[in-house]
Amino acid sequence: MSAPTRVPAGAPEHLTGPGSGGVGDDAERPDGVLKVRGEFAYGSDLWMADMLWGATLRSPHPYARIRSVDTSAALATPGVRAVLTADDVPGEKVYGLELADQPVLALDVVRYQGEPVALVAADHPETARLAATRIRVDYEVWEPVTDARTALGHRTGNQVHDSAPEVTELSRENAHLHPQGNLVRHLKIRKGDPAPAADVVVVGEYEVGMQDQAFLGPESGLAVPAEDGGVELHVATQWLHVDQRQICSALGLPPGQVRLTLAGVGGAFGGREDLSMHVHACLLALRTGRPVKMSYNREESFFGHVHRHPATMRYEHGATRDGQLVYVKAEIYFDGGAYASSTPAVVGNGGTMGIGPYVVPSVHVDCYGAYTNNPPCGAMRGFGSVQTAFGYESQMDALAAELGMDPVELRCRNAMEQGSTTPTGQVVDSPAPVAELLRRLAAMPLPTRDDGGEVDLRDMPGGVSNTTHGEGVRRGVGYAVAYKNVGFSEGYDDYSTARVRLEVVGGEPTATVHTAAAEVGQGLVTVEQQIARTELGVERVVVHPKDTTVGSAGSTSASRQTYVTGGAVKAACEAVREQVLARAQRLVGRTVPDLRLAGGAVVSDSEDITVPLADLLGDDVLEETLEWRHRPTEAIDPETGQGFAHVQYAFSAHRAVVDVDTELGLVKVVEMACTQDVGKAINPQAVIGQIQGGTAQGLGLAVMEEILIKDGTVRNPSFTDYLIPTILDMPPMRIEVLEYADPHAPYGLRGVGEAPNISSGPAVLAAIRAATGLPLARVPVRPEHLTGT
Amino acid sequence: MRLTCTVNGASQQVDDVWEGESLLYVLRERMGLPGSKNACEQGECGSCTVYLDGLPVCACLVAAGQAEGRQVGTVEGLAGAAALSPVQQAFLDAGAVQCGFCTPGLLVATHDLLTRSGRPSDPEIREALAGNLCRCTGYEKILDAVRLAAERMSEPGAHR
Repeated sequence: MSAPTRVPAGAPEHLTGPGSGGVGDDAERPDGVLKVRGEFAYGSDLWMADMLWGATLRSPHPYARIRSVDTSAALATPGVRAVLTADDVPGEKVYGLELADQPVLALDVVRYQGEPVALVAADHPETARLAATRIRVDYEVWEPVTDARTALGHRTGNQVHDSAPEVTELSRENAHLHPQGNLVRHLKIRKGDPAPAADVVVVGEYEVGMQDQAFLGPESGLAVPAEDGGVELHVATQWLHVDQRQICSALGLPPGQVRLTLAGVGGAFGGREDLSMHVHACLLALRTGRPVKMSYNREESFFGHVHRHPATMRYEHGATRDGQLVYVKAEIYFDGGAYASSTPAVVGNGGTMGIGPYVVPSVHVDCYGAYTNNPPCGAMRGFGSVQTAFGYESQMDALAAELGMDPVELRCRNAMEQGSTTPTGQVVDSPAPVAELLRRLAAMPLPTRDDGGEVDLRDMPGGVSNTTHGEGVRRGVGYAVAYKNVGFSEGYDDYSTARVRLEVVGGEPTATVHTAAAEVGQGLVTVEQQIARTELGVERVVVHPKDTTVGSAGSTSASRQTYVTGGAVKAACEAVREQVLARAQRLVGRTVPDLRLAGGAVVSDSEDITVPLADLLGDDVLEETLEWRHRPTEAIDPETGQGFAHVQYAFSAHRAVVDVDTELGLVKVVEMACTQDVGKAINPQAVIGQIQGGTAQGLGLAVMEEILIKDGTVRNPSFTDYLIPTILDMPPMRIEVLEYADPHAPYGLRGVGEAPNISSGPAVLAAIRAATGLPLARVPVRPEHLTGT
Repeated sequence: MRLTCTVNGASQQVDDVWEGESLLYVLRERMGLPGSKNACEQGECGSCTVYLDGLPVCACLVAAGQAEGRQVGTVEGLAGAAALSPVQQAFLDAGAVQCGFCTPGLLVATHDLLTRSGRPSDPEIREALAGNLCRCTGYEKILDAVRLAAERMSEPGAHR
């Protein structure tokens, strides 16, 4: 059916594992050797002899009407092969993950700084960029709306402190950034007593800045026009099939003519769930009839993907004198920026998990997602739960201080456990060892401070800048705990597809696993091999390139792939195994109840039977393809928020130890400790890697990472000015992994990747508070917050 | 312009190089050596670290013309005739590779560190690798890998 394909240099090849390494082993990554030899082909590495380079012209204004676009000077630039605008989009001109509201190329209005307006294809990337600057766009610049509450017409200002709340009068343009208005979603939770009273009440307002995923491999890919009028796209992404759906819609082509293959992905963390250069490269390739490569530079990358929603939150916690939570009220605002992206689902998570893993009889939550003219925000690791964890954990510390209680004790007293009821009325039906995670952390030894010997500057806040030898340095310890839903929630049909083949290759039984699940660095390809080895008893497992010739695997997000695609691979292996065992029964000629696959053979423990697969299969190929789903969830009630919203929770806790130079406002994180329940560690080394990496991203948000926005424009789109933790910023970590099986999940596993990203930042914030005694209501914490200057 | 230099021990000559191109661009797009990575292209992340006449540099900050007549060493040349160098093997064994985009630069930087300093302390490792950003690992397993490589390379008769 599909036309002959030209394959670019560097296109993915089958990955073959090194043998042994089933479920529970530290199996080696099948892509590891390629990666350390510099031979693993990322999206930006793809190359074809006659390829062109694409470049994007982006809006310099956060909000403006486009009066006209003149592309003539760009087209006249030598080496330029095509210049495209919205008029050249043949299909639907808007797209989106959940709501189709984002133009492929700007239509009459631009709604954020960096919105794509026009495209250029040229022989050289610098020619394409130069030509893009020659496109003349005449803008009527409008006043941007840059605050979520203002966008919704709600009162602004801090209600806890002095400033008077005010409501800003919105202009016609500002009241309706989109036709349906500026509200993307309002989630309500109403549980228990609507007018609760408590002995002790603490109120706090908190703010979280905009974080960037800062994956290192830029948005990139190569689109190759096909002879059937379609296009092959090799792209670094998180979910091939949701990309395919949106690309087909924009190009006006059926799925059979838009074929995607996953290129090497240099990290994702949510930032590749939305389209970036996908449709653009396809449009240019189809127009020019030549392969087109697009690869953003770092500055463009900051404008080329969605970010973590900034949030403002107001919490009110009521408790008894002995520290039992009575009620929580929360008002949470997520700034979704110019387009919806996954804001509805982020609001879903932020709202339903917005009070933390605690048992509270009465809960009243209002969680809003708003359109503004800030950069669009969507998925990032932790997805709505990262922001609220800063709120609810700050509140737990404030409450503990008010009650004169130990903050760990207060948390344990209110901790969710198996059988508890969540704020959405869902009974927690698998282990929830929240208190144990905290108690294990508290029992770990604290790092010692060497007071006697000579000061090593490298251990001090400020490091070798030589800003202190210990004067003004105070130490603090803080705790935080997180929970996060695993998988897609609220009734989403969350499934994955796996195709598993078993055959004899060169005399050796070989399994091939084919899924469309994106490997983004986390090690899913390793997990797929491990599951196939365990289920089929073979050593050699080939991971087929990830593409759209097999059904959807769903997104590599929500900590879900090991669970859902792992479940699909397991199920497909089981179906193949049934075939093999049936065949062996026929060969043996009688029913042997304990036949199983091991060591490349069908064996029985009760009888002396060993039938090598090489003999049993001969030249036959056994193959099964199936879809696998986790238990269904359901939509929550729009008025009360009640319902079976989530299929599984992940739990982690952190203890942070910090030293703060209180005179200069510099923070040195001395140690991070983490406990996490993973149900079953399919690959322990990879699990630890997820916890360490997630911890680093949480620490980054607490003390350094923020996209600074002024009047809707980004002030720091570079790694010079947007800081992520270096090896000097990351302290040693202590980690304990618990394995309490979830009876509903394959192998009892729990999704791992997001939870540690949620609990680490609030623990660092708590430790800084403990060191300084300051209330600190905003992250990232800046030096001036600590020095009051 | 024409650029002639030695890359991983082999003489290379490329024509029609635009003067504005970086060494990184020429390696990746004109010499078929995309192992050095393009994460920031402004000298902040270290993903493009290569040897230039034996010193580690960010290839994105070196104009292609500056490499004229000089020796360039990239991740593709680290293993030499072996399948993997001890540093590469240690990164795999320690689980220091996730997405792997920072890995080539870290391998070159680590190779340089261990060439200069046989058994570096943890603070020395941290200082030496402070110019290499990694977003996946939190650096713990990178430290493990460097310690492991240092241990293996300091054994008598070890391959470097």
